Amino acid sequence: MGNEIFLVVEHLRGQLRELSYTLAAAARAASRSGEDRVTAALLGHGAEHLADELDVDQVLYVDHPALAEFTSDAYRPVLVGLIEAHRPRAVLFGDTTIGADVAGGISARLGLPLVSGCLALWQEGAQIQYLCKVYAGKILVEGELPGPTALVTMIPGAYRPEQGRAAHPAEVKSVSAPTLEKLRVRLKGYVEPEVGDVDITREPILISVGRGIQRQDNIELAQELADALAGTVCASRPVVDHGWLPTSRLVGKSGKMVKPKLYLALGISGAPEHMEGMSESELIIGVNTDPSAPIFGIARFGVGVDVLDLLPVLSEKVRAAKAG
Amino acid sequence: MAYYTLKSLLVALALLTAMGVFGWRVYLLLWDNLRRGQPSGPFRHIAERAKGVLIFVAGQLRLFRLPVPGIAHFFIFWGFIILSLTILQAIVEGLASWNRPGLILPLLGTFGPLALLQDLLAVLVALAVIYALYVRLVIDPVRYVGSHKGEGVKVLAFIFTIMLSLLMMNGTRINLGEDLLQSWRPASRIVGLLLSAAGEGAQRAIGETAYFIHLGVVLIFLTELPGGKHFHIVTSVPAVFLRNLDPPGQLQPGDGVRTVEEFRWRHMLDFYTCTECGRCQDYCPAYASGSPLSPKVLMMGLRDHLMERGSARRLSAKGKLPDSASEPVLVGGVLSEELLWGCTTCLACDQECPLFIEHVAPLVDMRRHLVLEGRMDEMLQVALSNLGRYGNSFGQSERARARWSQGIETRIKDARREPVEYLWFVGDYASYNATVLDATRKAALVFQRAGLDFGILYEGERSAGNDVRRAGEEGLFEMLVEQNLRTLAGCSYQAIVTTDPHSYNTLKHEYGLGANGRAPVLHYSELLDRLISSGRLSLSKPLTYRVTYHDPCYLGRYNGVYEAPRRVIEATGCALVEMPHHHDRAICCGAGGGRIWMQEAQLKERPSERRIREAAELEGVQGFVVACPKDLTMYKDAVKTTGYEGRLAVMDLIEIVHQAL
Amino acid sequence: MNVVVPVKLVPDLVEELEIAPSGVELDTTFGRLVLNEFDEHALEQALLLKERSGATVTVLAAGPEGAEEVLYSAAAKGADRLVRIGADLPRPANSHALARLFGAAIREMAPDLVLIGVQAHDSLDGPIGPMLAEGLGMPYVGYVSGVTLADGCCTVRKEYPGGMTAEVEVDLPAVLGIQAAEQPPRYVAISKVRQAMKEATIEQRTAAEPDASGAAAVSRMYKPETGQRAIMIEGDIEAVASGLVDIFREQGLL
Repeated sequence: MGNEIFLVVEHLRGQLRELSYTLAAAARAASRSGEDRVTAALLGHGAEHLADELDVDQVLYVDHPALAEFTSDAYRPVLVGLIEAHRPRAVLFGDTTIGADVAGGISARLGLPLVSGCLALWQEGAQIQYLCKVYAGKILVEGELPGPTALVTMIPGAYRPEQGRAAHPAEVKSVSAPTLEKLRVRLKGYVEPEVGDVDITREPILISVGRGIQRQDNIELAQELADALAGTVCASRPVVDHGWLPTSRLVGKSGKMVKPKLYLALGISGAPEHMEGMSESELIIGVNTDPSAPIFGIARFGVGVDVLDLLPVLSEKVRAAKAG
Repeated sequence: MAYYTLKSLLVALALLTAMGVFGWRVYLLLWDNLRRGQPSGPFRHIAERAKGVLIFVAGQLRLFRLPVPGIAHFFIFWGFIILSLTILQAIVEGLASWNRPGLILPLLGTFGPLALLQDLLAVLVALAVIYALYVRLVIDPVRYVGSHKGEGVKVLAFIFTIMLSLLMMNGTRINLGEDLLQSWRPASRIVGLLLSAAGEGAQRAIGETAYFIHLGVVLIFLTELPGGKHFHIVTSVPAVFLRNLDPPGQLQPGDGVRTVEEFRWRHMLDFYTCTECGRCQDYCPAYASGSPLSPKVLMMGLRDHLMERGSARRLSAKGKLPDSASEPVLVGGVLSEELLWGCTTCLACDQECPLFIEHVAPLVDMRRHLVLEGRMDEMLQVALSNLGRYGNSFGQSERARARWSQGIETRIKDARREPVEYLWFVGDYASYNATVLDATRKAALVFQRAGLDFGILYEGERSAGNDVRRAGEEGLFEMLVEQNLRTLAGCSYQAIVTTDPHSYNTLKHEYGLGANGRAPVLHYSELLDRLISSGRLSLSKPLTYRVTYHDPCYLGRYNGVYEAPRRVIEATGCALVEMPHHHDRAICCGAGGGRIWMQEAQLKERPSERRIREAAELEGVQGFVVACPKDLTMYKDAVKTTGYEGRLAVMDLIEIVHQAL
Repeated sequence: MNVVVPVKLVPDLVEELEIAPSGVELDTTFGRLVLNEFDEHALEQALLLKERSGATVTVLAAGPEGAEEVLYSAAAKGADRLVRIGADLPRPANSHALARLFGAAIREMAPDLVLIGVQAHDSLDGPIGPMLAEGLGMPYVGYVSGVTLADGCCTVRKEYPGGMTAEVEVDLPAVLGIQAAEQPPRYVAISKVRQAMKEATIEQRTAAEPDASGAAAVSRMYKPETGQRAIMIEGDIEAVASGLVDIFREQGLL
């Protein structure tokens, strides 16, 4: 009898989140085809077809009005019930504002080990191996996924969402929901982000600034380069937290996911939360004076000079190249 | 009642009233407010202080930094002093008039040459006043922006009236044949001639009117004196006498000032002494770049606030006003946070002030309060947190502090483990900032070439804390001093040399190092100067550049080291051309006082760019030589942003020495 | 209103991280520990709640070194009660162990609200918050960047991707995982910290070594290999800029 690998589907406002495909791809990588079974746990309300394009062997669908949108207090008991009943080998969550809110609680409740920040899973012998990032991406950790059931929160990056797509929907099995009342966490509503002047997810050339830009007025230098390249300026968290650029320009876990043709990371170290937002970019170039900055782990090209010294010279040369 | 009796009565009354009002106001403003201030002193070196009064008050020395206004004020000042005897004469004459009208003071009233001097001075003062009025009303220079211009014009008008009335009074008395010294009063005679057409009665009437105007205006002026820009007439002598004789780079510890009573009374005296002349404002780099800060406005604000608090306190003591809850807040209120953070502590203000008013010290006191409240911009907060944790403002590990030295072939001695002759205190910027590292390495190479026995503290060094203190984080400053002193205690050295003027300043004056007759602290330009002149370092490749030299604030104004770097430049063969603002008038680059760690304010023109533009106007000058790592970073940046990159090369002093080796 | 902020110290990433000879953990000889950045935000949020609604703030720190400094600094910022637990425990403690350690201490305090950093960069086994909440029987909401108190409950701003946020109502007592405080953590002057060192008292609580089970086994810990890293463009600014322009041209971006 093979293993069952669970994944917890993430959806938001009726849309399946792309991370769910990553989870499916990871689940496949952790399973032996033919022997193991990949099961998607889909919690929602009127959402039974949301997982139709997910590459899984079956979907366990739990319907309840309280599950329409995610709250930790509603999702947790349902998942606990499913895990207790099925005893999967592994349960994959997204390391996100949804998955990370419940994974730890389930781990404590059921006494199951938890591995967080996972990049990849694979089979080795009879065991499942994991690869995780720690210390802001500066260190990698490998190990064996403990048995009999382990919880894993995954970060995007190792698997392209396409790897988790299926041509045909898997069988959807309805599972009755437990009683969900006296829920202590209640979603009141969503608040749209401030409407920015620009939708960075649509821009092909992104000039991104991080802590290395040092002061607000230096963003001007990045804007000059963006103008020269017909690109758009965006930023990592520290810049937005300072208020130097609006949140509409934030790239990362809490911001936008972007996939431009060119992502120029200026003075960005490459914390995992940021990398989650841009790792799919076609061409990543990192500019950072710290040679060990994690950004150089996903960038194709790197430059070790100071951002502030480089920008004016680069803008000049781009303008010249375009003119000549 | 006979006129003369009436005259005595009026004079006595006016005198009593004026003296009363004047005395009362001086008591309230000076004594009553100042006694609530914090202790100051002790005030030693009496002889030097007396000498100071002679040179700077009697001699008006600093006023001549603006030559023509200086001359004008010199005459007004001395005129007033000498002519005060005529006021004394007038008072005595008035008081005695009921019994002996026309009384003349013995000696003072009969000494011919004195009369001549007074007469000439009356004219000179009048001319000086006309010039001063011309400056204020026609030229209206920018240094008066923010001053009470109306008050200035009014007082000049007063002075002119006093002079004119004196001459008229004298003139009529000469016409009446009552002046025994008439041959000694040429100007008065001329005025008398102009009035000679009037009959005897008219002459006397004009004379007596002129008398009352003369005395009256003086007494009115006296009553208006306290609390205004002319209070300096009373406070200037004590202010100069009690001036701070400590090196300006030696700040006093303290917990900061939240309310005006928490200032030392000596600083309060300074607030009153401000004449609103604006010389400080004209040289303030913050003001020039558009900051709300002006040292003059700072002093005026403090003075007005001090007086307001005094009045409010007295009224509330009588139960007339609500308590202090409704009063304006000084730090962050009357003086905005933006204003207080704008200062680069370059000391141009203290340098220019003719009355030695300290502007920087009280401002740092107020910053200390802002720091205790955590009210500062985020970048400064990050820099201070980094300094607290890592001992440098860059947030880099202290273990990386000496990484710059890895490129040097001959290993530099570790002064923590081996005795050295010169302990080289490298400093934050010279250790970590990419732009400066090259200069630091060259310094090491030059020292090695000169056969110097030197070492560095490697990871044991922490920021010396000069700018931490000036940013108001006194606790952090103390911690850095403790850490550095502990490291230094374990070392054996003859002298400390540093490449950073900020570190130089604080090590020299605020670490107590020189106190026990321990090692002297040198800036590397002083050391190079010695090495070159003693022949230990020979520069065999004379350079042919035309360069200009920028005096760092903490080396020049703060510590008087102007010539050593210049001698070094000349020794390299370079031709030195001075910028218009040089020596103690050099324009600050804008980085000091922690400003390099702060967000740039809304600017008209960056101080560093202004300086580069000044240098670029010098004909044929290719090089801009600096002797401070912060200057190096600021000016290299400014040269790019002003577009003068091809025109001016910014170099550290050590770079040209290295080239000339 | 009683707010408890459990904090922990994590390795400072400013230093070069080295792997211990065992190959499965960090070499801690030269490392420095600093307060977890997100816990700093949690403390700041707690202090803001105190300023707004008069709550009492208790800070609970675990660990051997550096915990005292963190507590005194918290007191200087305005924390009312300082507790240190597990001073004699070996480190590093995993999240499960810390959750149990904190849980035991916090249960006694019967707080209305527990604010904790939403994550820490040293947690292979996940953030402490959700586990702590489960142990205390309290609801948990993470990625919180704003808290408004009401009677018996609070409304929080929960962050979602794309800059979106959600307004979530949570019954008290609850555990909140703080992503960011409503304003950046305040600066505290060294002189105030030194004063706190003289005046404030830290309650020391010993604890039995908590159950650390639940962690994953580590077979290998290593730094990302340089082979996987970017092709570096060498040279001075001019050379580098020219190199970049060439790349842009090749990619058809000009």
